Amino acid sequence: MTKATTHSAGKGIATSLTVVGLVLGALFAGLPVLWLFAASFKSNTRIFAYPPQLIDDSFSLAAYSTVLTNPEQLRYFFNSYLVSILVTLFTLLVGILAGYSFSRYDFRFKNLLNLIIIGVQSVPPITLMIPYFGLIVTLGLYNSYWALILTYMVFTLPYAIIMMTGYFNTLPRELDEAVMIDGGSSFTILWRVLVPISLPGIVSVGVYTFMLAWNEFLFALTLTKTNDMRTVPIGIQLLMGQHSFEWNQMMAMSVLGSLPVLLLFLLFQRYFIAGMSAGSIKG
Amino acid sequence: MEHSHTARVSIGAKPRSRWSLTRKLVPYAYLSPTILLLIVLSLIPIATVFVYSLLDNVIITRNPPSFIGLGNYVEIFFDNHFRQALTNTLVFSGVSVLAHLLLGLSFALLLNSKLIGAVPKALFRVIYILPWVFTASIIAILWRLLLNPNGVVNFLLITLGLANDQIEWLSSRQLALPAVTFINIWSGYPFYMVSFLAGLQGISDDLYEAGKIDGANSGQLFRYITLPQLKPIIISLAMLDFIWTTHQFTLIWMTTGGGPTRTTEMLSTFTYKLAFSSNEFAQASATAMIILAISMFVAVFYVRNQRLAND
Repeated sequence: MTKATTHSAGKGIATSLTVVGLVLGALFAGLPVLWLFAASFKSNTRIFAYPPQLIDDSFSLAAYSTVLTNPEQLRYFFNSYLVSILVTLFTLLVGILAGYSFSRYDFRFKNLLNLIIIGVQSVPPITLMIPYFGLIVTLGLYNSYWALILTYMVFTLPYAIIMMTGYFNTLPRELDEAVMIDGGSSFTILWRVLVPISLPGIVSVGVYTFMLAWNEFLFALTLTKTNDMRTVPIGIQLLMGQHSFEWNQMMAMSVLGSLPVLLLFLLFQRYFIAGMSAGSIKG
Repeated sequence: MEHSHTARVSIGAKPRSRWSLTRKLVPYAYLSPTILLLIVLSLIPIATVFVYSLLDNVIITRNPPSFIGLGNYVEIFFDNHFRQALTNTLVFSGVSVLAHLLLGLSFALLLNSKLIGAVPKALFRVIYILPWVFTASIIAILWRLLLNPNGVVNFLLITLGLANDQIEWLSSRQLALPAVTFINIWSGYPFYMVSFLAGLQGISDDLYEAGKIDGANSGQLFRYITLPQLKPIIISLAMLDFIWTTHQFTLIWMTTGGGPTRTTEMLSTFTYKLAFSSNEFAQASATAMIILAISMFVAVFYVRNQRLAND
């Protein structure tokens, strides 16, 4: 046997091992998700049928139509969309202004503020929960959208600021000077020049922010009270709390509740991944 | 329009002191919404919890609050339930972080392999990221479905001969903590995988070429090139993940609620119950400060590591 053939045989073994590894990993990651989809099409009595079948003869869209015709559950979706979209818009607005300031100006307390912003990212939500309850009641915001929007921003904003500062730092200052020479103000530099060029960065921050807001649970649980103010994650828990488990409805609601993030992910995969990995690589 | 801007700039430049004062305030003006939000919704609340933690009788009580110094901390420290929650949190977070690192790195290496075509690679990548698309409350009910005694996991184990009876994963005192840790591992590895993939793609091929010329085998290439190159990412991921996992509330709350008999109680669920079920807000503030201290301790190392990596 020549050296070349052992080499290619080794390569063949390596390739098959890689494929086996990839398939095993895909089963680990994908099977539970597949089961979630499958269960959402079953009738509730067949959820734990023996032996389990991926698709059985009870296949129907009944669970979906129950969820989508129930005004209470539709309201959860409306609330989740409204809160997440507003949190994303406000976070981007405030984060872009702050990122611009950090990137283009030198001022006292810059390092301190920067440190506080990084630190806030590591503050446990449960620590803030205790004073928030009193604070939100005092501000008259208990059981309102603003209670959620403002408290969510505490966790979405630091990431947005750090990312936007980093993004603006990569843009040459000559751009600013060119606008200055044309007589533009610092505000013109930001909105007319930097923001349009930074669109990819803004999209990845926006997508990530939306996801954080869409997934939030603890604040929504504690700062809202009535069913008409609840969001999807809490709505799923409420379905679970009722006397019998409507598994197929819970799974249908889970699929519907995951759709926005799944769609954002598939549409903006590159931005998503950039936003996800940048946090750990650049900091 | 353009002209008027120019005019304003030149007029503004004349009274030099006022101009420079305005200029000094500009960065703060851009930061004002951020500063306001940080003061009202993080600095004041944290100061409040700290003060609460030194008091007795806060929020929902008939008696006026009284200062008891470190009394709450002492009481908490000798509370077995608290110590169990602390141990559970450290085990849950430590095991999760280790498993996330191993799984994330293995999957990233598989996806980065040059032996597989671009299209299957892209497809596998989407599948591998899937668990990350689901929010914690959905992951919780999904795994309650799968791990149900009559569920599909037990069916597979019994069919494969790996188990004799239906296993009560989430309501067994021995298995509940491993089970919730496993669920957390499943839901958290994609974050690592994606970061490692980005990191792997950033390693120059020249390094591997040079290694091969020196006669290194693939194991040695991994040990002496890949791992050292990924080291900064590994360290920052592990620290971030450790901080976030010690905060995990939703997953525990919706799978076991901390049970059975506190075997999956975490600092977060323990604090939540103290505050919102028992109305012991002062003691809950003390445990909340302890979670904060643990997070800040790790965060200091995280920031230091980031500074080193950036310099």
